[in-house]
Amino acid sequence: MEVLSDNNWVLTVGTFLPLVGVLIMLFIPKADEALAKAVAIITAAATLAVGIFTLVKFDYDKADQMQFVAEAEWISVIKSSYFIGLDGISLPLYFLSMVITLLVMIYSWNHVPSPGNAKAFFALMLILQTGMAGTFIARDLVLFFVFFELVLLPMYFMIGVWGGENRQYASLKFFLYTMFGSALMLVAFLALFFQTGAESFSIPYLIEEGINIPKNTQIWIFAGMFIGFAVKVPMFPFHTWLPDAHTQAPTQGSVILAAILLKLGTYGFVRIAIPILPEAAKEWAPWIGLLAVIGIIYGALGCLAQTDMKRLIAFSSVAHMGYVMLGISTLTEFGMNAAMFGMVAHGLITGMLFFIAGSVKERYHTLEIKRLSGLLVQVPKLGWILGFSAMASLGLPGLAGFWGEFPAILSAYQPAEGLPVGVFRTYMVIAAIGTVFAAAYLLWLYQRTAFGEPTAEFSSGHGHDHGHGHGDDDAHSDIHDVNKFEWIAWTPLLIAIVVFGVYPQLMFKVLDPAVGVTLKAFGG
Amino acid sequence: MSVVAAETAEVVLSSGWFLENAFIIPIIPAVAFALIIFFGKRMPMKGSEFGIASMVGALVMSVGAGYQWIQRVNGAPEEAYIEPIIRTWTWWQNGGIPLGIGQHIDGLSIVILIVVAFISTLVQIYSTEYLHGDRRYTHFFASLTLFSAGMLNMVVAENMIQLILGWELMGLCSFMLIGHWWEDGANSRAALKAFFTTRTGDIGLLVGTSVLYFAANDWTQKTLGVSGFSIRGLSAWALSGEPSSTAITVGAVALFIAAIGKSGQFPLHTWLPDAMAGPTPVSSLLHSSTMVVAGVFLVARIFPVFYEGMNIYGSNVNFIIVIGAITIVIAAALAFVQTDIKKVLAYSTVSQLGYMMMGLGAGAWLPAVFHIFTHAFFKACLFLAAGSISHSASHHSFDMKKDMGGLRKFMPITFGTWIVSTLALAGVFPFSGFFSKDEIIDNVGYAGYTIFMWVGLLGAFMTAAYMTRATYLTFFGAPRGAAAGEHHDEHDAHGHDAHDDHDAHATHDAHAAHDAHGHDAHASHGPRESGPLITIPLIILATLAMGSGLLNAVPFGSEWENFKKWIEPRGQVVSVTGIDHSAGSHGESRVIQPEARVTAGYESDCGKKTPTDGVCYAPQLKHAKFKWSKAALSLAIVAAGIIISWFVSVQLYTRRNKVLVGLTQRNKLLGAGYAFLVNKYYLDVLYEKIIVRSIAYPISRGAYWINQNILDGIVNGAGTGSKTIAGWVYRNIDQRVVDGAVNKSGDAAQGAGSIVRPVQSGKVNQYGALLFGAAAIGALVLVIINT
Repeated sequence: MEVLSDNNWVLTVGTFLPLVGVLIMLFIPKADEALAKAVAIITAAATLAVGIFTLVKFDYDKADQMQFVAEAEWISVIKSSYFIGLDGISLPLYFLSMVITLLVMIYSWNHVPSPGNAKAFFALMLILQTGMAGTFIARDLVLFFVFFELVLLPMYFMIGVWGGENRQYASLKFFLYTMFGSALMLVAFLALFFQTGAESFSIPYLIEEGINIPKNTQIWIFAGMFIGFAVKVPMFPFHTWLPDAHTQAPTQGSVILAAILLKLGTYGFVRIAIPILPEAAKEWAPWIGLLAVIGIIYGALGCLAQTDMKRLIAFSSVAHMGYVMLGISTLTEFGMNAAMFGMVAHGLITGMLFFIAGSVKERYHTLEIKRLSGLLVQVPKLGWILGFSAMASLGLPGLAGFWGEFPAILSAYQPAEGLPVGVFRTYMVIAAIGTVFAAAYLLWLYQRTAFGEPTAEFSSGHGHDHGHGHGDDDAHSDIHDVNKFEWIAWTPLLIAIVVFGVYPQLMFKVLDPAVGVTLKAFGG
Repeated sequence: MSVVAAETAEVVLSSGWFLENAFIIPIIPAVAFALIIFFGKRMPMKGSEFGIASMVGALVMSVGAGYQWIQRVNGAPEEAYIEPIIRTWTWWQNGGIPLGIGQHIDGLSIVILIVVAFISTLVQIYSTEYLHGDRRYTHFFASLTLFSAGMLNMVVAENMIQLILGWELMGLCSFMLIGHWWEDGANSRAALKAFFTTRTGDIGLLVGTSVLYFAANDWTQKTLGVSGFSIRGLSAWALSGEPSSTAITVGAVALFIAAIGKSGQFPLHTWLPDAMAGPTPVSSLLHSSTMVVAGVFLVARIFPVFYEGMNIYGSNVNFIIVIGAITIVIAAALAFVQTDIKKVLAYSTVSQLGYMMMGLGAGAWLPAVFHIFTHAFFKACLFLAAGSISHSASHHSFDMKKDMGGLRKFMPITFGTWIVSTLALAGVFPFSGFFSKDEIIDNVGYAGYTIFMWVGLLGAFMTAAYMTRATYLTFFGAPRGAAAGEHHDEHDAHGHDAHDDHDAHATHDAHAAHDAHGHDAHASHGPRESGPLITIPLIILATLAMGSGLLNAVPFGSEWENFKKWIEPRGQVVSVTGIDHSAGSHGESRVIQPEARVTAGYESDCGKKTPTDGVCYAPQLKHAKFKWSKAALSLAIVAAGIIISWFVSVQLYTRRNKVLVGLTQRNKLLGAGYAFLVNKYYLDVLYEKIIVRSIAYPISRGAYWINQNILDGIVNGAGTGSKTIAGWVYRNIDQRVVDGAVNKSGDAAQGAGSIVRPVQSGKVNQYGALLFGAAAIGALVLVIINT
């Protein structure tokens, strides 16, 4: 394979640098929390610096090609190699994972959830980062699988140790459900390996060879991958782990989960399942589309039924990932571009919403919508940021969410050749109706929590009148507006939401060529 | 910079800096918005200076562009197609094809640009006084300025996506401004309703844009080198004879649904009267003169799509004209039963938007656009006059029956401007409304839609009558309630427009809000005239309400039809040979048409036949010949409306005539009709109580129940089931058969896991081992089956 760039060390360094940080942290005494945090943040910052270097060195005119490719022998017994590379599809997600990790860490500086132990918490985030970044650069299925699974454990512990009241159930469910999907995915990978002559796990090789697999076999292999990725996305009806995991996870866990982890599934579809098994993808596409639009409406209905703000945001992910999957299921450039853009936009916006939910919880010690009211009165800046994020989330043009949503709807009008047009046009209308639902649940949430007067329970003026049952003024002393660490962690996200919304070409320019290559098998 | 000018065979059309750079117009308020957000609170005028300055800047540029456009038109041969000034930059791309953002400047966009910038400027000036001391004064100006940016962007939009951007930004600002006093639940509900209802219509916008894009894109790329989102492309495509009738009809209907939502047409008009919960300047700017005409603008903007899709001129009836006609009548009827002066005006707006739509549906493009123009002035004036009354005379109440009456003596300027605008709205000669509305009615009849002409005349009668009623209640008779200097509890007042002066300490204190409502300095003064920052905008608007009709005074002869000359796109075949796709600097691309061929004579085939050697950008429109006999009829109808309504009002409200008072209680049929009107045809009940409520509660809860009990039940069942199996396997197979090795590894795993969490991790490893085992077996089976 042609070496496109001399800088092919950057990906390896960018991916594994966090582990170096973890190693260093092992030698820091548990009591010295500040030092542990500092080391972790510096590591994340250094990783991001490598990421920025990658961004600078990336050849944007060749976004359709793999760059910084490195290949080395790895597990030769099963013909798997350490094969990595980065193209226009990987780049935004790879970079996003670095940014999110750093921002989450900065936010964590004074927000380490109970029961404390900052050292372990930060170390887990660094391990998580390696897993996420690695997944986006892996060009070998075994390597992909390893990274994909590596992500699971730190997140399991994050939810299981630092989570809410029901954390044990949620973390176990998260772990087992994803594991179940992964197992089937592994079956599919192995089947693929044997079907292509047991030669290699390299993705480019499999793309070359996969086309020769008989269609019926392709469909079965795709089914395995489908379940693996669909659980991760999560698609209806495999989504039930998500609300629990999100509700119970600490804020940091929710942000990373929403911003990056869910994308591993959709990325898997785009990078692996569809290009390797194009025939099966065509057969599956209408069904994926169907589950996607069910997810859009169903997720929205789920949102409307929620009484808990965080759980509502979690359900909104089901709806939003529905748009992403709808875009993917069309197997067209429009759809894929929208899906890729939607992934990043959802990461930024929903990540932001979870940050806000965390901060509300910290201030009010509850996320029950009924008890929250008048955020704009008590914490006006937080209230405005919530409004901004809600608007972004419902797909307001001019903000990033729109560019994931509208082109996805648009693309369903004309899916790839060979797909049932009438069916997809029905999906288009349903998805368009979904935008109204999105407006409904988000604005209703906003109306109930941000508008109006604060409930008696939390309003300082009435505190002494009604405050006998609870913590009185002590409880209200937590209620303060956005603080310094929150500003540092949030500002980049807020800016990115606006910048990508106003000038989406920044990302489409990178995505579009790579998407074209992915869809080569469909004559796109 | 001056290359853009397209040439006709003989003449080079003039252009100019303002025309070429009209895309800057929306950017000015957008920048001002950012400045207000970040620095507004620190400025001496709390950010309003940015807003006003940006609006003045936008106005200057719009007027400059207007002047240059007139030059351009005047320099062109008569009846030649006037090339719009189009510029695009790459905004996003797909499949390597750039999709643009830019400007499409022609007569239509210029006239709306001027109207929006002009009314925005006046409303912002008015607001500095009206909202003086409001706790969210800065936010108010930020939203108002962003609104203008959105609207102006929609007006200059080069393509549908850019248009959607502006369209939705307006929706957002509308939400923020209606809910400006969000402490009050009613306001935030109204805000939500407005956003939500228009958003429902926007399904059509998304679907219609998609349908048209895919239907048109191949043709537009090949013929004109532009995408299927481009307004120019869509217009030409629609008239090319190319589109399948299904695609264009579906596209047109879908887009019109969006227009129904945004422009308050039946049956999605219900949000507009509720939107009066916002501050009065907002009602004046957004919900009467500018934003709500966005739907009308959309239809006018890509009129060829509707022309072909709805078969305008070609059939007796179409979707647009029917919706427009229904809207005229049902909204006008509702205006009779309102006690809130702003709601009368709101329903009047809905009704007048119905006129515009009906006009467009009948192919009366020019009168409809002209009605946007004149309506903006007199309706903005009426709203600001209502605001003036509440600000200075009725103690923030808008209730005509309780708190007004006899105000003409106290507020001569407000009264005078109100009367002028009312006459304009009613369509009395020679006020502006006459020249636009009468033309719509006349042209609807001329195009063969006779029934709808009569609907228009009925609407004119009703308009005159309800405005007379409102005028009587407000300015005549005896002063009542607040107008008589009485104090009453603000909280009982229906639709009050409260704001407070307790800015400094109220900002973070929720409780000041209730107490502060309306108890401001001038509460106890009784009715008086408002200050100059309010009356001067009123006078300016009233002057225009009186005179703006002269810009297209059809009755005075064709030399008075300037509006037609400048604004109406001429339906001429334009040659497309030798289109120059020049790539400008910084990702800009321009499509320049070198030659606009002029066919001889006035009649062309655009819109009737497929153009053979070129394209049409606009259909050839019909124009009714003005006759005083026809005008006399409508003027007589208007006069009858005024006189009858006046007589009834005097009898009913002042003389308390025994036959009229309580009539609806005595007569069952009338009572039922009255109740039907008061309940707004029960549409709100249908929408809010039935549709929304059922989705928000039973349906969503049902879905969630399924989620928790069925979907999750399966998952949990599988978990418990495998745990049981695992236990059985462990006891019976593992312990007895495999024993040693697995046990040890399990212990090791459990040991490792216990560092962090002793209880669960062991189980996880067991499950994990089980699943991987199952996976390996499954893989084996699959391989065996398929080899």
